Amino acid sequence: MALITPAIAGSTARDVVSASLTRRDRDVKGLVLLVFLLLAAGVTLLTLLVLIGQVAVEAWPVLDARGTEFITDTIGSDPANSGIWPGLYGSFFIGLGVLLVAIPLGVSAAIYLEEYASGRNRLTRLVLVNIRNLAGVPAVVYGILGLTIFVGWLRPISDGETVIAAALTMAVLVLPIVIITSMEAIRAVPRGLRDAGYGVGASRWEVTRDHVLPYAAPGILTGLVLSIARALGEAAPLIIVGAITGLLPTTGLTERFTALPMLIFSFSTRADRPDAEIGWTNAAAAAGLMLLVLVLFFNIAAVLLRNRFEKRRVGT
Amino acid sequence: MLTVAELQGSAKQRNRERTMRVVFQAASALSVIVSLLILFVLVRGAINFLRLVDWDFGILSDTGWFPRRERFDVRTIVVGSIVIGAVAMLVAVPFGLGTAIYLSEYAPRRVRKVIKPVIEVLAGIPSVVVGYFVLNLIAPDIVNRVFNEPPGAKTMLAAGLGIGVLVIPIMASVSEDALSAVPGALREASYGCGARRFNTVVSVVLPAAVSGIVAASIIAVSRAIGETMVATMAAGYDGSGPYNGFSPLNGGLTMTGAMTNAAGGTDQATGGASREVLFFVGFMLFVITLGLNLIGDRFVQRVRQQY
Repeated sequence: MALITPAIAGSTARDVVSASLTRRDRDVKGLVLLVFLLLAAGVTLLTLLVLIGQVAVEAWPVLDARGTEFITDTIGSDPANSGIWPGLYGSFFIGLGVLLVAIPLGVSAAIYLEEYASGRNRLTRLVLVNIRNLAGVPAVVYGILGLTIFVGWLRPISDGETVIAAALTMAVLVLPIVIITSMEAIRAVPRGLRDAGYGVGASRWEVTRDHVLPYAAPGILTGLVLSIARALGEAAPLIIVGAITGLLPTTGLTERFTALPMLIFSFSTRADRPDAEIGWTNAAAAAGLMLLVLVLFFNIAAVLLRNRFEKRRVGT
Repeated sequence: MLTVAELQGSAKQRNRERTMRVVFQAASALSVIVSLLILFVLVRGAINFLRLVDWDFGILSDTGWFPRRERFDVRTIVVGSIVIGAVAMLVAVPFGLGTAIYLSEYAPRRVRKVIKPVIEVLAGIPSVVVGYFVLNLIAPDIVNRVFNEPPGAKTMLAAGLGIGVLVIPIMASVSEDALSAVPGALREASYGCGARRFNTVVSVVLPAAVSGIVAASIIAVSRAIGETMVATMAAGYDGSGPYNGFSPLNGGLTMTGAMTNAAGGTDQATGGASREVLFFVGFMLFVITLGLNLIGDRFVQRVRQQY
């Protein structure tokens, strides 16, 4: 019957379809989800921005009153004239230690795993799983490692609880990050580049040195920058390795040490006198702002580097 | 006529080649050595601790965590870690996952291009700074005001919220990776059947990405439990234990907090069991996080295999 009344059937079918396509019945569930998602993303961003804002606002009185003296003064017992110089000193050498120890070792390990251990045999797989797990080991546990090995066993080199021990501990802490990011960078080098090198008789090391590493350099640099940022921000291993939280008038490679994150920890746990104009809270915030600026600068540099690196690859 | 000798390169070249190979191999072996050293140091320290307390495992369940009085109730710090970890996950999973779904399924490309790197950068905020933030804003102005606690009170809730904030970016970026790995064809097929975006996201994309999302959550839990600075600064050092009017509004002690205290915090332990317990707790923490990471890794591998 329906077949011989096409006009009626057609019009209803068309009506139904067009109605369901154009009808504006509210998609309540979809709307609720979208509102929730927007809220989640918004709150996430807002919290993190409020955090930065709060630190900056609390830091302002100190930076306003003291300016660069806050950076160059040593730690005192009064927040109004206490500076962060010993902390910067410690952090600088920790960064340097990572640069000198973790980067060469990490990049070498990545070169071996990507360029030499081509067969992906059981041993290589074990090393890879091991590196991924090392990346997940909590920072405090690396502190214990540093305490036993770099403070204890290697006392002749590190002189005990010193910046050297802390820098070596941090180097071990970021080693897996360096290896993983370098491996990714090396893996992204096109096969043809290597084959061309081998084709003209270059040896494996020559190909690696002259073709693979230069091509992977921006990616490796990204990992390097990220790992330094991580090492500068980490405080937990320093507590275990024996960073000082109190007064520290002198700085030296073979003396007791402190670092920027340790100062934030120690300043913000000190009690304020209620009448003080500049309290330890403000000093902690100012030190926190310094650390945030440093670490976020490194992180932004890493993200920009990576984006640029990816864009260039697409272009070629 | 070419001979094999000519193709092999000079002896000097071959020597250098061998040296470089050994150097690189040694560097990659070092990572295994680091793992073995960590394990060795922790196990040796844990055994030392148990020897100091005369292999008295009963000491691990005496109520309360008071190292100076040689009372090491492991339950206190484990429950502390679980409570704070649970609060952290209650924050991190909805906000992190919500951000990830928004970025991968809803956000216009231009918005995503801005927000994604911003979140990656914010993932680098050091945990001490978050600890400061908890002490000076989350604890006094939010938690203590809402729950009518004295302004200076340190609560596990505040510490957990702080750790949650710290873990959100990790949760967001790992689950965003999982969601983006879902092939576009699945979404198009769903739209082609007339499904709305809501149905596509809830019944197609999320189930397809579920193992990645589980992996993200497990990695986030592992981070939250291993987080040290926020727990040390903001949780309050209360070793009296969970059996003493247990609630997230009490101060508490986590495994990581117990470790920093043993190493140089309020206990000022110089030797003996109250110091060696550092290694014992470290060993526990290592085993727990390793277990979580291995499980998380399994799930990540599953995502890779599927697509």
